[in-house]
Amino acid sequence: MDALIPPLLNGTALGALLLLAALGLTLTFGQMGVINMAHGEFIMAGAFIAYLTQLVVTSSNTSIVLALPLAFLGAGLLGLLLEVGIIQWMYRRPLDTLLVTVGVSLILQQIALQIFPAQGVPVESPGWLDGRVDTLGYAWPLRQVFTMLLAALCLAALAAWLKYTSFGRRIRATVQNRDLAETSGIPTRTVDRITFFVGSGLAGVAGVAASLIGGTNSQMGTQYIIPAFLVVVAGGVGQIKGTVIAAWAVGIALSFFADWTTGSMAQVLAFVLVVIFLQFRPQGLFTVRTRGLT
Amino acid sequence: MMKLKPWLPLIGIGVFAVLLLVVAPAVLSMHWINNLGKYCCWAIAAVGIGLAWGRGGMLVLGQGVFFGLGAYAMAMHLTLETAGPDRLPVFMILYDPSAPLPAFWEPFRSDSFTLVAIVLLPVIVASILGYALFKRRVKGAYFAILTQALAVALAVLISSTIRETGGDTGLSDFKYFFGFVLDDDANKIMVFMIAAAMLIVCLLVVWQLNRSRFGELLIATRDAEERVRFLGYDPANIKLVAFVVAAVMASIAGAMFVPIVGIITPAEIGASASILMIAGVALGGRASLFGPALGAMAIGWGQSSLGSSWPSGWIYILGLVFILVTLFLPMGLSSLSGRAKSLVWRSRAAPTAPAAASAPVLEELKK
Repeated sequence: MDALIPPLLNGTALGALLLLAALGLTLTFGQMGVINMAHGEFIMAGAFIAYLTQLVVTSSNTSIVLALPLAFLGAGLLGLLLEVGIIQWMYRRPLDTLLVTVGVSLILQQIALQIFPAQGVPVESPGWLDGRVDTLGYAWPLRQVFTMLLAALCLAALAAWLKYTSFGRRIRATVQNRDLAETSGIPTRTVDRITFFVGSGLAGVAGVAASLIGGTNSQMGTQYIIPAFLVVVAGGVGQIKGTVIAAWAVGIALSFFADWTTGSMAQVLAFVLVVIFLQFRPQGLFTVRTRGLT
Repeated sequence: MMKLKPWLPLIGIGVFAVLLLVVAPAVLSMHWINNLGKYCCWAIAAVGIGLAWGRGGMLVLGQGVFFGLGAYAMAMHLTLETAGPDRLPVFMILYDPSAPLPAFWEPFRSDSFTLVAIVLLPVIVASILGYALFKRRVKGAYFAILTQALAVALAVLISSTIRETGGDTGLSDFKYFFGFVLDDDANKIMVFMIAAAMLIVCLLVVWQLNRSRFGELLIATRDAEERVRFLGYDPANIKLVAFVVAAVMASIAGAMFVPIVGIITPAEIGASASILMIAGVALGGRASLFGPALGAMAIGWGQSSLGSSWPSGWIYILGLVFILVTLFLPMGLSSLSGRAKSLVWRSRAAPTAPAAASAPVLEELKK
């Protein structure tokens, strides 16, 4: 039993990071149907913003707190730019948004490579995250606890925003029936833009968390984008509760497999597992019931 | 009199064949023959992608999987041939001299097994994968993401099994190709000719498939899958055939890539390599016959010349190709002539233009 605790807790933290990376996708992919392959590069942007903040505010204790809203804003603005510049012409061609954003992600990676050193930049974690907390007999690194709390916070904020605010209602109305929403006086174009802004901004927040855990370099986005998409697909597109469960499950599976085999083997197994899972539930964990043709 | 138009593509293939098989070896230097061979390999994979994506509407983002199957099958055979009978490949000896050859390497000592495996392996993998996905009606973006995930998984798997597959450094230093010495210029030209001939064969296969009943069903499935289903056909089977054919082509491409380039690494089959294959198809025109092949050659040329002389600029160009083509020319450069024609036609018929409406443009019907 004791041997199960460390991978369980590590996996939960990994799942939280995946959840952070995937939350933004539940908005842009799930709600709006845009397949944004540049989402990984928005995560990268968030990580680099954390680094830049550290250059200005030298105390790492406060800089990380400042970096969170800044990364949200920075990545969100990038997303807004993408929506206004390109995506808005392509809402009727979902597969093509994938190709366009592949191009965007290549360009963003190259820009990052030219601004920052190729081997990446160090983001110092603040002193108050250095310790460990004793949980069920396992000394859990505070950094992981921080990722989890951050994910929980973002999740709660997003869920509440969608459910209780008038803006959240407008988003849901636009998703369910764009024409009806428009005739009811909802400015659907503005709704699209703000949804995309928030979805991309969440990627920035994920980037700050990722910068504390892994390396910060121009290629970091590519390692998050596929797992994040798999999590969204496995959870059921547009279903936040599904995404949470899927992220957690994938995180736990990854960390158990890594314990039994190696890190890269764990990735392969987790990918294969998700593909097999989709055999049984092609629409993901949770689906919107519909009698229409899928 | 026999109409000329239906036979135009065939004439085009003929011209292409003469250019590749007769003109190119006569005028090009060895360096460029080798490069052209490499572009031919990418073009072979692209012809398959054109069938699956352009005609069948399945965005295959993970052709690197099948490219890799063929490439590694060939590379394992060539490595063993270079090592000699009953000897271990050099990298395995360096890693652990006493360990035996992994069991899955052993059959690749045989010439015929390797050739059969290059065709059969992708058929088996693509059939299982395709059957599982298409029967459950996984399509569109889901299909694309899943295939890309598999390409990533295979690349990661190969990188991590250093002892069995050579890991990130891949397999290289092949001396023999089915008994022929690879260093010899005449043999290099022969390998190039095989690749070029394969490209011509693949073009012929796709041309024949396109004009057959199957080709019509494939387009119908792309444009209105439900209608095809209600007419009594099973779209899953139609898509499966196209997917398997595309997989075999990618595998052949990979197999020819190995003797021409002389090295295969996981980087050549991972996510970014798979995306590069898509780039050429998108640029050339995915639904046309020649578009994918020519587009892939253009991208291949850019990758190997600009990519090494001006690497940062090449990435920007590649990114812009994706963005501009998707935004303004979703059907690629090959749709330009059709567009120009319809423009001329429209301006000539200007007085009664609204009634004449625009020429039928091939567009994916998207829900």
